[in-house]
Amino acid sequence: MAVERAIRDGYGEALLELGKRNRNVLVLDADLAESTRSSLFARAFPERFFNTGVAEQNMVNMAVGLALCGKIVFASSFAIFATGRCWEQLRNSLAATRANVKIVASHGGITVGADGFSHQCVEDISLIRTIPFFTVIIPCDWLEAKKAVLAAAELKGPVYIRTSRPKSPQLTEEGTPFIIGKSCPLREGKEVTIVACGLMVAKALDAARALAGEGIEASVVNMHTIKPLDVAAVVHAARTTGAIVTAEEHTVIGGLGSAVAEVVAVQCPVPIEMVGIRDKFGQSGEPDELLRKYGLTAEEIYKAAKRALSRKRG
Amino acid sequence: MSASSKLLRRPVNDSVIKELVERAKAVRCNVVKMIARAGSGHPGGSLSIVDLLTALYFARLNHRPKDPHWTDRDRVILSKGHAAPTLYAILGECGYFPKTELLKLRKLGSMLQGHPDMMRTPGVEMSTGSLGQGISVAVGMALAGKLDKKSYRVYTFLGDGELQEGQVWEAAMAGAHYALDNLCAVIDFNGLQIDGRVQEIMNPEPIPRKWEAFGWAVKEVNGHDFKEIVAAYDWAAGIKGKPAAVVAHTIKGKGVSFMESKAHWHGVAPSAEEARRALMELGEG
Repeated sequence: MAVERAIRDGYGEALLELGKRNRNVLVLDADLAESTRSSLFARAFPERFFNTGVAEQNMVNMAVGLALCGKIVFASSFAIFATGRCWEQLRNSLAATRANVKIVASHGGITVGADGFSHQCVEDISLIRTIPFFTVIIPCDWLEAKKAVLAAAELKGPVYIRTSRPKSPQLTEEGTPFIIGKSCPLREGKEVTIVACGLMVAKALDAARALAGEGIEASVVNMHTIKPLDVAAVVHAARTTGAIVTAEEHTVIGGLGSAVAEVVAVQCPVPIEMVGIRDKFGQSGEPDELLRKYGLTAEEIYKAAKRALSRKRG
Repeated sequence: MSASSKLLRRPVNDSVIKELVERAKAVRCNVVKMIARAGSGHPGGSLSIVDLLTALYFARLNHRPKDPHWTDRDRVILSKGHAAPTLYAILGECGYFPKTELLKLRKLGSMLQGHPDMMRTPGVEMSTGSLGQGISVAVGMALAGKLDKKSYRVYTFLGDGELQEGQVWEAAMAGAHYALDNLCAVIDFNGLQIDGRVQEIMNPEPIPRKWEAFGWAVKEVNGHDFKEIVAAYDWAAGIKGKPAAVVAHTIKGKGVSFMESKAHWHGVAPSAEEARRALMELGEG
């Protein structure tokens, strides 16, 4: 049985390493430290942890002030508050000054579950990738999240990382390379490419196996960095397979699918099908129920691949 | 003795006051010329804050214009970023950049943007313009100073209309919570905002009592009296265990009779003729 851990756990583990490694690393949280996992750092390095209370806008700008004085600052909350409530702070105070702040937001997507629509953020990719100088990363498992956080600490400037609440399968290994902006091919096929991020990477692999059962060989790409997008990999996928499916736990408006389509439409037009949330709010429910209800399943990816293939064949 | 404490001991005698009056006059003239040349900008709130910023930069601030990134410098954040012309005129006077840049305000490619942009302008500590955000950054910088055991001070300037932003009060809470006695917020209380009188639009009063209630030490001053202003900065520097708020009673458009206390001049540039009249009044005809 594969290892299952929550993606947010990778954040907590990485912070512990960073705390030991670099005295300049500070962590801020807006009263959700246990949930985001910044609490691991808070317990180990209390003098470098600041709980700023339920005041996310002030947290982001405090982080900017600390970073402009030479600190490497991680600031956390739920994705909906860290991006939606603070968007203008992220734009005008953080990105505009290139401050060395990393926003690591847990509870991304619809798998937040029972808390309902108010806490399910399915717009964060769209919101953040429109801001210049922001790097946007959505890791596919806890181990990749850990590597992403460590890599973000080395990258000077604003970074957004989305983590998730539920346990999910570990897809990568200790030795799997992680480079910001460089996607990871997980499976090679000639007929269609599935480009996925976050929790949807596992579903993409399931869909590819189902397609293989019918003799259809699909490539699967883990597009952990949405911005800067691995344009070369997207163009390569379009040229070599001639059909693309994108899969994201996010609205199809402005997210991974849109980012891929922006490249494909201009550089190498081929049929694209998008799996994602179709301009809807979520609701309360168990994560798996919600994924099914909103069409975020291996089966939906499989069907999208079939549609893309039929369009490709004309 | 640090350079900072030396400056703090410089007494505010008549010759210092005379110098500040002359500096402020030059700054006001430049502000009028800059905004008139740009054809847009915010003369009212720029003129109300001239004396507050002039007193700080020329009598108390510990900084090195030739070394803008000096780590031990005092930090100034213009949270009311629309008063940028005043900050620019003062930075120009200090020698952060050639004063010939001043008349390029708001022009394409200029280092002097409509609102402060730290990526373009030497001496601008933080990019501001969206109200309520500068003070939170000041809280972060003051906290960094405490963590690093530095002696620098952090000053931030807010408008009275800006106090309507909820984030200001998030920051006020945080400043007191972290006992940031290296932080001084100056409120430019000129009573007017873009749409009219602050009290009528959304009353932020009682301003001093609000800051006190949030855990700050508070002092009210006449924001056009250099002795009172410098004394307030010295008072703030002596406060221990909490941040200081200086509530400065000012006159919007101060120094130009037809702009004084008129909300209309919040965000309208003077015509060439109006600028000529303003400069005559300021003593530069």
